[in-house]
Amino acid sequence: MIAPRDEAPKDAAAQAGQTVDPAEVARFDKLADSWWDPNGPMRPLHQINPLRLAYIRDAVAAHFGRSIRAPKPLSGLALLDIGAGGGLLAEPLARLGADVTGLEPAAGMAAAARRHAEESGLSIDYRTETIEAVAARGERFDVVTAMEVVEHVADVAVFVKAACAVAGQDGIVILSTLNRTLRSFALAIVGAEYLLRWLPRGTHDWEKFVTPDELTEAVAAAGFTVNDRKGVVYNPLSASWRLSGDLGVNYMLTATR
Amino acid sequence: MPMTDVTIAGGGIVGLSLAMALRRGAGLSVQVIDPLPAGKDIGRASAVAAGAQRMLAELGVWDAIAPAAQPVSRMVVTDSRLSDPVRQAFITFDGAIAPDEPFAYIIENAVVTNALRDAAHAAGVVSAATAVKGFATRGAGVDLTLADGSRQRTALLVAADGARSALRSYAGIPWSGHDYDQSGIVATVAHERPHDGCAVQHFLPPGPFARLPLTGNRSSIVWTERRADAEALLALDADDVVDELERRFGLDLGRLTLETELRAFPLGVGMARRFVGDRFALVGDAAHLVHPLAGLGLNLGLRDVAVLAEAIVDHARLGLPPGDATVLERYQRARRFDTLTLGIATDGLNRLFSNDRLPFRLARDLGLGIVDRMPGLKNFFIREAAGVVGAVPRLMRGEPL
Repeated sequence: MIAPRDEAPKDAAAQAGQTVDPAEVARFDKLADSWWDPNGPMRPLHQINPLRLAYIRDAVAAHFGRSIRAPKPLSGLALLDIGAGGGLLAEPLARLGADVTGLEPAAGMAAAARRHAEESGLSIDYRTETIEAVAARGERFDVVTAMEVVEHVADVAVFVKAACAVAGQDGIVILSTLNRTLRSFALAIVGAEYLLRWLPRGTHDWEKFVTPDELTEAVAAAGFTVNDRKGVVYNPLSASWRLSGDLGVNYMLTATR
Repeated sequence: MPMTDVTIAGGGIVGLSLAMALRRGAGLSVQVIDPLPAGKDIGRASAVAAGAQRMLAELGVWDAIAPAAQPVSRMVVTDSRLSDPVRQAFITFDGAIAPDEPFAYIIENAVVTNALRDAAHAAGVVSAATAVKGFATRGAGVDLTLADGSRQRTALLVAADGARSALRSYAGIPWSGHDYDQSGIVATVAHERPHDGCAVQHFLPPGPFARLPLTGNRSSIVWTERRADAEALLALDADDVVDELERRFGLDLGRLTLETELRAFPLGVGMARRFVGDRFALVGDAAHLVHPLAGLGLNLGLRDVAVLAEAIVDHARLGLPPGDATVLERYQRARRFDTLTLGIATDGLNRLFSNDRLPFRLARDLGLGIVDRMPGLKNFFIREAAGVVGAVPRLMRGEPL
């Protein structure tokens, strides 16, 4: 049986106030080389990317009063992408004009991301340090994104607190993750990892998934207010992703002070 | 090496309109490469359906084209033999999809190409009179080797280089299709009396013969013959050619004179197995070839352009580069089914009509007769042919990208 969350044992890293999980880092390091292959193991991430980018762009543009029709709607905004991976999100956001910093704890992955950005002619500051280290230094960003990261961290509350802390007074925080429901177990683990082989097995640990209410609570505890929550659903007929009111599997949320 | 956003091989109507759509839609850097930028259009005309006309207007070139665009007021289809003294019309389409918007115009290809070339030049599209000799994907771009020896880099390479696309074979994309034992002969003819905007399609036993009205007392003809007969026709003296032409065209518009020489090209049907590759896309005839009998080839090609440009521009506004796999998948998903359906339909029509056996004649005359007597169905065909139904891309609705 699955233990209730508050009884789940916390590992050493979480006890030391660090939310990066070393086992997760090792797992992602192995994926570095194939991250940018649209038909490789990260294919679903490539496919969902336009929808996520549109959500982030629209939320940020609305918050800072920018026009999404402008050639570089995010120009001049300092953006921190936590869990940047190979840079699938960081590169497009840099093209939209943001000054992007990417945190990627897996060193092999960060190196691959740096190489790719250079090839693409983009200037992105990839760092292997933790969000807690950034927060402790008092650095501030206009936009903080953490897409599909919350379900990989050792302690959600500590992580969300640090993410909100680095968003300045007028900052905006955007998170996406997987809900802990029977449906997400069926779709994300059994479906995506085992049946469809969309993702490498072991990519996700269902017990670490976070419900929207748990995440909203963690955001509130960090002094932020959630303004928007949207589900992300897959339509197998059109092979496309869209936004929905159904938060049952994958969802995104936006928070400001 | 600096990287061009989109490089288009092929400076015909399809390639140039894609260049214009991307310049206007998202200000991308665009280069058009064509070894023979002028000269392929002599004697050729196209039906430009309503959706394509709206698109040309949105691209800012319609005003330059309009004076040379002949609206089609009526379309008549006959099924006849050369010996028939009177060709009975089996179906008539009256051509308006909305008041003041005819379902198609007939325009000489050169008029459209010239208007697009001028507009593309003014909009900052770079053009190079050379050819792509080879390409290879490396990282986030494609390395190009050009015939003039230079090397370039682009984020997306688009092949708009026609049915015998060299780039398609460099990319190793297979082509499924077959040649008809038919040639299409094109020419511009002048006649003594006005055509009143009436387009005529005679289904003659060797293949369809189309009279497409041009501005003035002129028509463009698309004349299908068995391949061997076409070669013989091209070898005839000018007077004999006109005699043969009049037997098919009819004398209802008076005597004919040739304004251009006859030009023949082999006819076929086919479709590329894939429309996209790694940072590579096929558009227009490079992706699909249909029989010219329905006059839809150019409209299909422009629809490719409208869909691809929309995908590129939408993704550019999300910071995604033109060669991103999600852009190309969206384009391929939207275009392949559509194209396959039309390819099969025109192939079927051609096989059904290029035939003199009685059962075939009865079947098609019955079919056309039924369509002619059902206004709803006929209207469906007109709107379908005009390209204004279904999931219409923004440019074909006359909206900006």
